[in-house]
Amino acid sequence: MIDLSLLPDGGMSWLEASGPGSHLVVSTRIRLARNLRSHRFATRSDAPERETILAEVEQAAAMTEGLRRAVRFRVDRLDLQDRQLLHERHLVSRELAAPEAAVRLRPAGGLLVQDQASVMINEEDHLRIQALRSGFALEAAWGLVATLDAELGQRLAFAFHPEFGYLTSCPTNVGTGLRASVLVHLPGLVLTKEINKILQALTQVGLTFRGLYGEGSEVVGNLFQLSNQTTLGKSELELLDHLGKLVRQVMEHEERARQILLRDATAILEDKVWRAYGLLRYARTLSFEETMNLLSGVRLGVGLGLIPNVGMYALNKLLVFTQPAHLAAAQGRALTDDEVPVRRAAYVRQVLEEEVGRRGPSAQAPPTPR
Amino acid sequence: MKCSNCGEREGVVSLTQVKEGEVHTSSLCAECAAEKGIETGFAMADTPLGGFLAKLGESADPDAPLQAALETRCPGCNATLRDFRESGRVGCAECYAAFDAPLRELLRRLHGSTHHTGMQYEQTAAGSPVRIEAGKTDLELREQLRRAVEREQFELAAELRDRLKDRE
Ligand SMILES: [Zn+2]
Ligand SMILES: [Zn+2]
Repeated sequence: MIDLSLLPDGGMSWLEASGPGSHLVVSTRIRLARNLRSHRFATRSDAPERETILAEVEQAAAMTEGLRRAVRFRVDRLDLQDRQLLHERHLVSRELAAPEAAVRLRPAGGLLVQDQASVMINEEDHLRIQALRSGFALEAAWGLVATLDAELGQRLAFAFHPEFGYLTSCPTNVGTGLRASVLVHLPGLVLTKEINKILQALTQVGLTFRGLYGEGSEVVGNLFQLSNQTTLGKSELELLDHLGKLVRQVMEHEERARQILLRDATAILEDKVWRAYGLLRYARTLSFEETMNLLSGVRLGVGLGLIPNVGMYALNKLLVFTQPAHLAAAQGRALTDDEVPVRRAAYVRQVLEEEVGRRGPSAQAPPTPR
Repeated sequence: MKCSNCGEREGVVSLTQVKEGEVHTSSLCAECAAEKGIETGFAMADTPLGGFLAKLGESADPDAPLQAALETRCPGCNATLRDFRESGRVGCAECYAAFDAPLRELLRRLHGSTHHTGMQYEQTAAGSPVRIEAGKTDLELREQLRRAVEREQFELAAELRDRLKDRE
């Protein structure tokens, strides 16, 4: 199993909830897709060529300030559990975390992690340069990936076309190769049933949305990943600016929805968030989906100041550490299907109890009714 | 994701609905989506990529020149346009030149543009690639400044600070 201590903040400081707008936005992620000019892309490259690509990228990274100290993983040689752990941390894609048969088709998969940046090697593109930051932090994330890209680009010959820009394996990424995603928590818009209208409006102005775990994944816990749909025809900064403006508008709508709920449906809202807290605090088995939905309720309560003494950091941590591979890692062994929901509930109780311990007993009792 | 209606075909349309305050996402295949008359609400065709690929080389006359074009090979990776249609993935950088016309058309449909206006990248005569400096943004400079300070490289930091100041 992966030694978790290898990853000091191992791409996890994005959980800190220290970034701007953390009451609404969990994290901001930006990735740049890059390919080497002189090698065939993923679907056409054979194992020896992929080994060469991995070696070339690692060599360049070793001479790069932003990656010199990186923790290195040979993803295709990790066992399934460890690959999934990295996937649960948003460090590798679902494809690289796939079961053995699929991974054997993609040999020489690599991952480099340093601070809040990482590089996936031999995924759909030769390089996927990624930065993950806490809260709504497009600028900071861009600063990181752009710098890494420039540094790596001094040592690697990237595939670039004078008219089309950076060339990628899938034409949907051509141009800038940039995908920026902001993970927002929108319970207010869901409860007021405005969400459909808003998401629909966003897709009309060039945004896409997904659930917590990328492509095709379901929306759980009212967490929506908003990202740019196109990558060609606009500059990197224009793409980020456009996304940023729209996310800010969504955040305003969400704030407004929450205030309306607080004003017009106080009792219902309070009941909802405290029930969520109570279930998480005392349940003995929890499915992942239920956990996500209950965490959403508690997060809303914390955001509105209804639930004192639970920190956003603890809630963010629960998003990641209640997933199966993380529960197994904490236990130090593989878990059976029956054990998982039990371990999950125990872990959630433990974290919430620690919060009470740290933040004082007042968190145990709801505030006195007005 | 398999289609949530028939459970047989692959879902191509993602459907998001709010039921009792909870958001549910499901996936429908093209047939089931059409049957349900889904166009509005939250139905979205996956991407134009799928539709484009399906139509590529689909011609009334099977002997049309497009059929021949499907078998043309990219000199870089030996892939054909047919391979691209099947995988949806381009084989190598040279494919973009070898299949210029269809890929250009696809890019136009996907992105509404074929012209990259972002950062420029060039390979110098010496062979070492250089990203053109003009593309360097304030944010990059700030990130480099932060690092320089962290590593106590004060001369570099001062230079970066000046460059940032000049831009204001
Ligand atoms: Zn179906
Ligand atoms: Zn090719």
